[in-house]
Amino acid sequence: MSLLEIENLRLDIGSLPILKGVSLSLEQGEVMGLVGESGSGKSMTALAVMQLLPIAMRASGRITFDGIDILGAPEAAMNRLRGNEIGMVFQEPMTALNPVKTIGEQVAEGIRWHTRASRAEAEERARKMLDRVGLPESKFPLTRYPHELSGGQRQRVVIAIACALAPKLLIADEPTTALDVVLQKQILELLRDLVDERKMGLLLISHDLAVVADMSDRVTIMRHGEVMEAGETARTLTQQAHPYTRQLALASMHVPDRGRKDAAIGGAATTGAGLVPPPLTPPHKGEGNVGETASTHSSTKSPLRDEEPASAAEDAHARLEEKGDISSTNSSEHTASSATGTIREGVSSKSPSPLWGGVRGGGNNTSSSEGVSGQAVSAGQGVSTASRPLLSVRNVVRDYPNRRTSLFRVPDVFRAVDDVSFQIAGGQSVALVGRSGCGKSTLARMILALDRPTSGSINVDGHEVSALPEAQLKPARRSMQVVFQDPYGSFNPRHKVERLVAEPLHLLDEAPSPAERRELVADALDKVGLKPSDMGKYPHEFSGGQRQRISIARAIITRPKLIVADEPVSALDVSIRAQVLDLFADLNARLGVAYLFITHDLTVARAITDEVMVMQEGRIVETGRTDEVLDHPQSDAAKALVEAAPDLQRALERRLARLG
Amino acid sequence: MSAFLARRLLIGLVTVIVASIVVFAVLEIVPGDPALLMLGMNATPEALATLRSQMGLDQPIPVRYLSWIGGMLMGDFGRSWTYSSPVIDLIVERGIVSLPLAVISLILSTAIAIPVGIFAASRRGRAADAISMGATQVGVAIPNFWFALLLVYVFAVWLRLLPAGGFPGWGAGIWPAFKALIMPAIALALPQAAILARVTRSAMLEVLGEDYIRTARAKGIPRRKVLWRHALRNAMIPVLTILGLQFAFLLAGTIIIENVFYLPGLGRLVFQAITQRDLIVVEGVVMLLVASVVIVNLVVDILYAVVDPRLRVKA
Repeated sequence: MSLLEIENLRLDIGSLPILKGVSLSLEQGEVMGLVGESGSGKSMTALAVMQLLPIAMRASGRITFDGIDILGAPEAAMNRLRGNEIGMVFQEPMTALNPVKTIGEQVAEGIRWHTRASRAEAEERARKMLDRVGLPESKFPLTRYPHELSGGQRQRVVIAIACALAPKLLIADEPTTALDVVLQKQILELLRDLVDERKMGLLLISHDLAVVADMSDRVTIMRHGEVMEAGETARTLTQQAHPYTRQLALASMHVPDRGRKDAAIGGAATTGAGLVPPPLTPPHKGEGNVGETASTHSSTKSPLRDEEPASAAEDAHARLEEKGDISSTNSSEHTASSATGTIREGVSSKSPSPLWGGVRGGGNNTSSSEGVSGQAVSAGQGVSTASRPLLSVRNVVRDYPNRRTSLFRVPDVFRAVDDVSFQIAGGQSVALVGRSGCGKSTLARMILALDRPTSGSINVDGHEVSALPEAQLKPARRSMQVVFQDPYGSFNPRHKVERLVAEPLHLLDEAPSPAERRELVADALDKVGLKPSDMGKYPHEFSGGQRQRISIARAIITRPKLIVADEPVSALDVSIRAQVLDLFADLNARLGVAYLFITHDLTVARAITDEVMVMQEGRIVETGRTDEVLDHPQSDAAKALVEAAPDLQRALERRLARLG
Repeated sequence: MSAFLARRLLIGLVTVIVASIVVFAVLEIVPGDPALLMLGMNATPEALATLRSQMGLDQPIPVRYLSWIGGMLMGDFGRSWTYSSPVIDLIVERGIVSLPLAVISLILSTAIAIPVGIFAASRRGRAADAISMGATQVGVAIPNFWFALLLVYVFAVWLRLLPAGGFPGWGAGIWPAFKALIMPAIALALPQAAILARVTRSAMLEVLGEDYIRTARAKGIPRRKVLWRHALRNAMIPVLTILGLQFAFLLAGTIIIENVFYLPGLGRLVFQAITQRDLIVVEGVVMLLVASVVIVNLVVDILYAVVDPRLRVKA
C-alpha cells in the first residue's frame, strides 16, 4: 500500500472546478515532484492532503494517507496527523513564522502538542532539530525572533517545524522559490538529506523543472487542475511524450531570438560578428528610430520630441549620425572577424577606460574582461553616444547607519554599496547578478534617483542624477524607466490601464492633450503586444504575464534610453517568462533601449544580456561577457552562483548517469 | 529598550511643554478679567488694581508663565478664584471620582469587547458574527446619556438596586461608593466596547489570513488554540491604540454622564470653572489631563514593544 494515495480528487468553489480528477501516489521514502504553472492546482492538491483548504472549497474523491481516509477524517483526527505524520513547508519564509513568538517556542509548540512532552523536553528536542537544519545554538539560540533571521534561515526554521516529529510525509510547496539560487541549493540539499535520513516521503511542489529533475524520483505534471503526465523523472522529462511536458521543458530553457546574437549561440560562433556582443545593434536601432520618427511621430505630434526644440534638434543630429553610421557599422561588422584586434586597439586609445572603465577586475579575470570591453566598445562606436556612455556610475558608495548603540555615540555604518563603477552604452543589455542582500537593488534605486549615494556620482544620459535636486530630475527620469518584479503589486487596482500606462507622461515638460495621450498609450500597448482597446480595462482583468507587459508599456512610453528591470520575470510562470523575455529582446532590438537587468537568475541573464556584472557584499567582483562569465566564472561569488543555478539539462544527465 | 524608553520620555516631555504654552496662551487671549469678575461690576479701580497685583495679573506674561509652570512642578496649581481653595485640592477631590470611574469603565469595555471581537472573527460570515456585529452597531449608535437614563429607570427606579445618582464619597465605605459608580461606568463603557469589539474583530480577521496561522495549523494545533496563541497577540496593536485613546477620553470627556448621575468629577469641575472664568482651575485641570494622556501614550508605546518584538529595536 502506498503512503499517500490520491484518487480522482476533485475540488470546486461553487460551480467552478479547481481540480478535475487528480490521481497520484507516493511511496514511503520516495520523492515526488509535482510540477505545473500557477493555477494548475498543485498547491490546492497539497492543501487538500492537509485538509487546510480555504473554507469555500468542496473536495470529493479519495485521499488515503497511511490507510487513513483523509477526506472523511474528523478535525480532531486531522490535528493528530498534521505536524506529526504529515509536515508541510511553505513558499514564503518571510511570512510563514509568527513574528511575536521566538523560534524556540514555534518549533517546540508542535512537539509539546503531539508528544505531551514537558516544556524543557520539547525545547531540548527543538534545539536538536534547529542544530540539524543548520542553525547552531551559538548563533541561533531558541530565544531568537523571526525578524532577527534572514529568509534562508527562516526557511530552515520552517523546515525544523515540519520535520521535528519525523513525519512520514513531508509536503514542500515551492520551498525555495522566494530564495536566491545559492540558498535554494542549500535548502534543497537539506530537504534531501532529511528525507533520506528519516525515510520520509516528499511531495515537492515546484514550477521549476530543473529543481524537480534534480530532486525527485518521479514527477507528476499538472495543468488546469488535471494531471497531464506522470512517471519516472528522467524518462518523463527526456522523452517528453506529452506535448505539455515538451512545452514546459522548452519554455524553461528558452533563449530569446536576439538577432545576430543568436547566430553566435546556435552556430559555430567563430565569426567576428557573432563574437561581438550586440550592445547596440546599430542597424536595428537606426531602422527603428528613423522609420518611426518619420511615420508615427510626425503624425501623432508626440510631445516627446516635437515640443522640445533644443532636444529635437539634438535628436535630429543624433539620427543623422546614426544613419551615417549604419553603413560604417555594417562594414565594421564585416571586418570584425579579421580585425577585432585592431578595432579594439583603436578604441582603447580613443577612450582609455571604455566600457568597464572603473571596474576593478575580479582577479585573473581582468585581462579577459578588458578584451571584452574593447570589443563591446568597438561595436558601440557605431553610434553617436560613443563619446558619452548612457549610464555612468563612478565610485558609488551607499552607507546606511546601523542601529544606535548609545544615545551619544555616532552609529557605525553598514556599507550596502561599496565603491562601484561601471558604464552602460546606449542599447546595451547588461545583467547585474548577485545573491539577495548583495546591494544590487540599492544600486538600482540610486541609478533611478530614488535614493542618493553617500559618495560617488551617477550620470544618466548626461544628467548628474546623484547631484541634481528633485525638481531638475525630470529629463533624467524621462530617459530611464523601471520594471518591477511583481506585476500584481505595482499597479493601483482602481486605475484603468490608460491611466497606468500614461503615468510617466507627467515627466514631459508640456502635458500632452488627452488625444495625444491616448495615442501614446495605444502605441506603447501595441509595442508590447497588447491591443490599444485594452486601455479601458482594469489590471485585474489581465493575467500575470499580460500585467508585466503593461508595466513594460508604462516603462517605454517616454521612449527611455535605459530601462532598469528588477527581477522582471521571476514572478512569472516559465512559459510566460519566455514570452516576456522575448518581448524584452524585441524592444531592445527595435527601440534600441538599454537594459540593466537585476536578477539572481542566471538563465535570465544568459538569455537576454550581453554583459554581466557579479555583485557581492556591495562590490562588483566580476564583469565580462555573459557567456564568458557564466561558462568560466572566476570569482568565488560568480562560481557559487553558477554552481548553484538549477539546470534542467545537467540535472537530467546526472539522473540518467545515476540510473546507469 | 532603554534607548527606546528614553526617546519616548523625551517626546512626552516636549509634548507637555508645548501643551502648557498653548494652554497658557489661549487663556490669555480669552476675554474676561478674572479680577473684575471676582469683585463685580461696581468695584473701585483701586480695589481692582490691588486684587490684580495680589493675583499676579500685573506681571509680564513670561514671568507669569514661568511662575505658573514652576508652581505646578512643586504641586502648587494656584488658588481657585471662585472656590478660594487650592486648585490641587479641587483636582484631588474630583479625581478620586473620575479616575476610578475611568478605570472601571475601561476594564468593563475591554472585558466585553475583546471576547466579542474574537468570537465574531472566528465565526466570520456566520449568524453569530452578524448578530454580534449588529449589536455593536447599536452600541455605537445609542447616545450614552440616553442609555444612562434607561439604566437609571431600570436599576434605580424600577428594581431599586442602585442609587440613581450622587456620590457618597469614599469615606462612606468602598461598597456604597462603588455602587454609585457602576451605572455611570456601564453607560460609559457601552459605546467604547462597541468600537473596540469592531476593531478587535477586523484586526483578528486580518491576522487570521496570515501565513503563520496556516503554519501553526499545519503543526496540528486546533483552530481554537491557534486563535488564542497565535492570532490574538498579533492583533493587539490596533486594539491597544484604540484603548489608549479611549482611556484619555474617559478621564475628561465624561461630563455628560457626570451630569446625568450628579457625580462630582473632573468633567464638571472644568465645565463650571469655564463658565465662571476660573481660569486657574481650567489651566490646572487641562495640564493634568495633558500629562495623563502623555503617560497613557507612553504606556501604550511600551505595551506595543512588549507585544511585538520587532518594535523593540526601532528606537
